[in-house]
Amino acid sequence: MTATRFLPRERLQTLFERIGDLGYRCMGPQVRDGAIVYDDLSDAAALPVGIGAHQAPGRYRLEHYAHARCFAWANGPQALKPLLFAPEETLWRVTRDAAGRLAFAAAAPPSQRRAVIGVRACDLAALALQDAHFAGDHADPGYVSRRRDLLLVGVDCGHPADTCFCASTGDGPAVSNGADLALTELDAGFLVRAGSAAGRALCDALPLRAPSDAELHLGAAEIEHARQSQRRSLPARNLRDALFANLDHPQWDDVAARCLACGNCVAVCPTCFCSTEREQPAIDGREAARVRLWDSCFSAEHSYVHGRLLRPDTRTRYRQWLTHKLGGWHDQYGRSGCVGCGRCIAWCPTGIDITREATAICTADQPEGEA
Amino acid sequence: MTTPPKAPLPPADGRRRPRLAVHKLSSCDGCQLALLNAGESLLALAERCDIVHFAEAGILDLDAEADIALVEGSVSTPEERERIQAIRSRSRWVVPMGACATAGGPQALRNLADAEVWIGSVYPEPQHIQALPTADAVAAHVDVELSLPGCPVSTQQVLDALATLLAGASPFAEQDKVCMECKRRGQVCVLVTRDAPCLGPVTVTGCGALCPGLGRACYGCYGPAENPEVPTLAQRFADLGLAPDAVARRFMFQQSGAEPFQQAAQDWRRRAPDGAPGNAGSAEQGHD
Ligand code: SF4
Ligand code: SF4
Ligand code: SF4
Ligand code: SF4
Repeated sequence: MTATRFLPRERLQTLFERIGDLGYRCMGPQVRDGAIVYDDLSDAAALPVGIGAHQAPGRYRLEHYAHARCFAWANGPQALKPLLFAPEETLWRVTRDAAGRLAFAAAAPPSQRRAVIGVRACDLAALALQDAHFAGDHADPGYVSRRRDLLLVGVDCGHPADTCFCASTGDGPAVSNGADLALTELDAGFLVRAGSAAGRALCDALPLRAPSDAELHLGAAEIEHARQSQRRSLPARNLRDALFANLDHPQWDDVAARCLACGNCVAVCPTCFCSTEREQPAIDGREAARVRLWDSCFSAEHSYVHGRLLRPDTRTRYRQWLTHKLGGWHDQYGRSGCVGCGRCIAWCPTGIDITREATAICTADQPEGEA
Repeated sequence: MTTPPKAPLPPADGRRRPRLAVHKLSSCDGCQLALLNAGESLLALAERCDIVHFAEAGILDLDAEADIALVEGSVSTPEERERIQAIRSRSRWVVPMGACATAGGPQALRNLADAEVWIGSVYPEPQHIQALPTADAVAAHVDVELSLPGCPVSTQQVLDALATLLAGASPFAEQDKVCMECKRRGQVCVLVTRDAPCLGPVTVTGCGALCPGLGRACYGCYGPAENPEVPTLAQRFADLGLAPDAVARRFMFQQSGAEPFQQAAQDWRRRAPDGAPGNAGSAEQGHD
């Protein structure tokens, strides 16, 4: 990151304009249907000004304040994941001509320069994990094409929700890398740091000034306060061995009695990557499309192998979610699959809390003296 | 519950086109309309098979033999009890479509009551009413090859099943819960943001998560999904402040005849102060 600069609040619109000048379609946070969602946004006034988000297990409520801040809330149900790993995407089509010959054609990878303004640190960490999955050795053309054309403006999180625990996973609340531009919101405006060549070019085009020492101090203090205010945490060690040593722990039955196996936790989790595929046959018999959809380890199909369900019940499905997320991920991608965003806690219809379940299952196993 | 398909329909023997019949038992015709509304696709369908009976479309031959028999409606009268046997014997694939045919439909509410008492209290001359004591799913009377739930079924769902069958493959039986569809569509959860008693977590999708997309709690039209944790969800509704009779009523819409929903309705009616639904509040609490 380069030297920190300052963008006065009344000039925030110039950020949208300069990004638009570069040919990007701007997306950003906005209020819709009682939540903060990311969608097309080219007007700074349409940001969630004076909005906060109260979150608790199984509960999410917007709150209204008399301040002018527009990023004073913790994440809503989704951010980057649906923009890159599409919830529904046609992979290929097959057509049959009059002679009965089949022709297969891959769907053209989408091409669109998109900029997302207001991305949080937890989602940038999750993005790195999704990159490892979708843009690694077996790259997914759709993902890679959308990813390549993405410009990211991160915003440090000054107002974590009750459900957040990114400090304990080491993924927030400050944006440290992965963003082209990173902002810290203050009352008077934004501290701005560039994180890439594209970010530096953008900085050169913005009406920035040098920040005062007081502004720099205030920014650091807000982030430190955000860090301190988080009350939930995951044990800071690798839980892989503890989880796999406790596959018969009674807590799995306990959580299964509260879990609906609805898959909402997976759908909102920014790192989950499972998908399924469906056929969409045309009624005239001349065409069919192959479509990929978000799946989850709570669905029957996910464990359907050779005529039987390997995970027939909620207990084994919840166990799959937790052991993969916090255990198997270490083997696959060298770290836990949880970035501490808290979404699975807030958006679980029955308020199941991953930090409590993981702690209940892993704590007994923890050797004395290990914090 | 979606039924896993049995064997694919073998291709018609080549000398004739496959025959499709659309039958009706006790129902509102909404599912037939869903198919009739297919527009151009209906013409494409008619090019690939002979539609031998489809009352809503004006094609009448009740006794025609068929390769595929879509059946709308529940078995609610002695005459229908006979007719479903006849349909079975003349059809290679029997495919109940809609909540009535797959679970009894709204009329299955009488299964939770004494139907004779109801008939006596509604009709001045009840002796003219010929009704079975229960309204049953088609599968309670005959074997079926595939079920297409919904109230009504969606046009696409029926067309997909027919297109797959006509291609000689096993139709896909949807098993995902409405929540998955709701999240894929980027909809904001009404249960979490507004405490609305949404049945999405226990209901099989097929509707495109229509109601949550319009800010309403899911009514469970498509019926229980696989592994439906109905008691857990019912308890959650109670924890969110729904009175026991209101919890019971959430499971007494089009799918009260589906076993897990019926069980929840009975369990929560028993917990209501006077043991039966009173008029304390709407079953649709949680909406502004
Ligand atoms: S497991 Fe939960 S808290 Fe962790 S990244 Fe996924 S949604 Fe966020
Ligand atoms: S936790 Fe479940 S849905 Fe998520 S990536 Fe792992 S197996 Fe897939
Ligand atoms: S933990 Fe919660 S969100 Fe996840 S499947 Fe269970 S009930 Fe649904
Ligand atoms: S609104 Fe209903 S269907 Fe949608 S996620 Fe919430 S509980 Fe599930």
